[in-house]
Amino acid sequence: MKPTNRNGLTRLFYNPTARSLFFQALVLGGLLWFVLTIVGNVTTNLNARGISSGFGFLSQPAGFGISQSLIEYNETFTFGRTFFVGLLNTLLVSAMGVVAATILGVFVGISRISPNWLLRKISMVYIEILRNIPLLLQIFFWYYVVLQTLPRPRDSLSFGETIFINIRGVFMPKPMAETGFALYVGLLVAAVVGVIFLGQWAKRRMRDTGQQFPVFWTSVAILLGTLVLGFFITGRPIALDYPELRGLNFRGGMSLIPELIALWFALTIYTSTYIGEIVRSGIQSVSHGQTEACRALGLNEKQRMNLVVLPQAMRVMIPPMTSQYLNLTKNSSLATAIGYPDLVSVFAGTTLNQTGQAIEIITMTMLVYLTISLLVSAFMNWFNKRVALVER
Amino acid sequence: MKKIATLVGAAVAVTAAAGVNASTLDTVKNRGAVQCGVSDGLPGFSATDSAGRWQGIDADFCRAVAAAVLGDAEKVNFVSLTATERFTALQSGEIDVLPRNTTWTLTRDASLGLNFTGVNYYDGQGFLVSKELGVSSALELDGASVCISSGTTTELNLADYFRMNGMSYEPVLYDTSDQTAAGFEAGRCDILTSDQSQLYALRLQLSDPDSAVVLPEVISKEPLGPVVRQGDDVWFNIVKWTLFAKVNAEELGITSANVDEMTSSNDPSVQRFLGTSGNMGELLRLDNQWAYNIVKQVGNYGEVFERTVGTGSPLNIERGLNALWTDGGLQYAPPIR
Repeated sequence: MKPTNRNGLTRLFYNPTARSLFFQALVLGGLLWFVLTIVGNVTTNLNARGISSGFGFLSQPAGFGISQSLIEYNETFTFGRTFFVGLLNTLLVSAMGVVAATILGVFVGISRISPNWLLRKISMVYIEILRNIPLLLQIFFWYYVVLQTLPRPRDSLSFGETIFINIRGVFMPKPMAETGFALYVGLLVAAVVGVIFLGQWAKRRMRDTGQQFPVFWTSVAILLGTLVLGFFITGRPIALDYPELRGLNFRGGMSLIPELIALWFALTIYTSTYIGEIVRSGIQSVSHGQTEACRALGLNEKQRMNLVVLPQAMRVMIPPMTSQYLNLTKNSSLATAIGYPDLVSVFAGTTLNQTGQAIEIITMTMLVYLTISLLVSAFMNWFNKRVALVER
Repeated sequence: MKKIATLVGAAVAVTAAAGVNASTLDTVKNRGAVQCGVSDGLPGFSATDSAGRWQGIDADFCRAVAAAVLGDAEKVNFVSLTATERFTALQSGEIDVLPRNTTWTLTRDASLGLNFTGVNYYDGQGFLVSKELGVSSALELDGASVCISSGTTTELNLADYFRMNGMSYEPVLYDTSDQTAAGFEAGRCDILTSDQSQLYALRLQLSDPDSAVVLPEVISKEPLGPVVRQGDDVWFNIVKWTLFAKVNAEELGITSANVDEMTSSNDPSVQRFLGTSGNMGELLRLDNQWAYNIVKQVGNYGEVFERTVGTGSPLNIERGLNALWTDGGLQYAPPIR
């Protein structure tokens, strides 16, 4: 049969690359049209109803106070600033929660498969009870049942007249930088760098000569030594500002507000139960034969755990850990229930109500959570790739 | 989260509402009930009693609107809203009218796409402090922790007041007034600030009301009134005149008890009011009996006030600014003619 003489357009139509490009462009165009229609529609309707729109409100003065701020803030600052205050508070409680939940979770997970019967059962009960109680109830429990039974400021629990605990929070001395502080920090950085080099040197030496070096204890000695000796050598560059009861409340020092503590405890404990199960399943996924092989080679229990079991368990643990970290961050928005000034409470709560611009504010808030989630997942994916099995 | 759901719902509703311009009056008539936004439980204004019935000056305003529009004060669907949810609920059409102890301010009137219809309670912001603090004036409150309901004008007034007097404070924000009162009672804060009427109401909710006092300072003007959506003038007029009708009824001496006798009155003002002469109701596109229904089924302004927040209620608040203009108060309504 004679091949059909196709003209340019037909040829293009039968070209798979061109065809798929065409349909992708079509879908993209459709999506863009959809989004633009929605935006246009919203704007028209808002205008028609006399509701202000746009992001101009971000530069208006906020006029309300916020109980906890990591950056300088008072009521003369703008609504835009309240966004950052809220965002930082969200990040603070999430970071605190991630760190504490990981430590507690690893501990619980390892206890769960410990040979010690009591430890094993306690951690089992801990996990089974706490992960089955809704998080919001746990937050309420810590806030209303535990923290609100603490004494009033005048009858604060006092620890050596330096740390005070009452219903308004925990009040601690605040370190204040004095002359020589930069030098002190420099010394500490040098010590940390030294320890890193020491570790690398010890590894190299072990590889080359087979001799081991007590890296851990040497590092601890170097760090602690620098911390203590350096403090006196540089002329005590840190002074403490003690909290004291003046008038109605404690002034000076630094404090943790009870809302933060309650939220932190609840998030940590709730998430640690899941992390515990992830750790347990990760460790158990390494076959028992490897343990036996380690023993046959004469590795001790610590070496077995650190060199053989954990590196392999990590591969199983990291992906589900990522989703727990993301869950914790997103769950921190429950803060609004007890009035912790996080992004949802401050920005999507007070700011929204003072300005009435729901669409802009909710969009911004959703984008923030999306961005945080994507960043955390990008980091964890990178980390996962590092520990993943390299197949040759 | 209910709040987020409402907000997202609102966003979707605003998005979807292109060209939908059915008048609120028709919507209400077709539905056979008024969707009325009230608080999440504030005694005297809107709170459910032991039988689950909404009581209070705001709840009764909902009933007055239903009586005027539908002829039956019971045809109300009460929608309980937090301070943060209320405007979005109204903007999105979830409710028809919002008489939720809401302060009339320029920002709210001009930028939210809403209209305030008048003032049904003149209030001012005050402070509730625990007696053991030994404070007698708000100027002694430097450094205090303050419990507030979030998203209210109260928050802004508080910031202004403390800044103006060079004092510092720690705001502790709660979502509902119950939580705010619980936080205050537990000692999380030294003072609770809100509109004075609410302070009296919240004080009653404490386990020991005598342990707290309301400070004499009033730091702001808080005219509270019903709100409707902008752009529907028919509905705006109906709600506005429902408010005026209640005040006019008190001024004319028409009460729920004597309204039937008054129908035979030969006072032309009373006749116009009760619809025995003229076509006042029709001008509002309502039944001519609209005002009669309000007074008969709900009562005049004074009756409602005494029953819900006044001396006939546990709150025991004096009429004060809320007395009729003829008694030295501020309640004044344009004439029905």
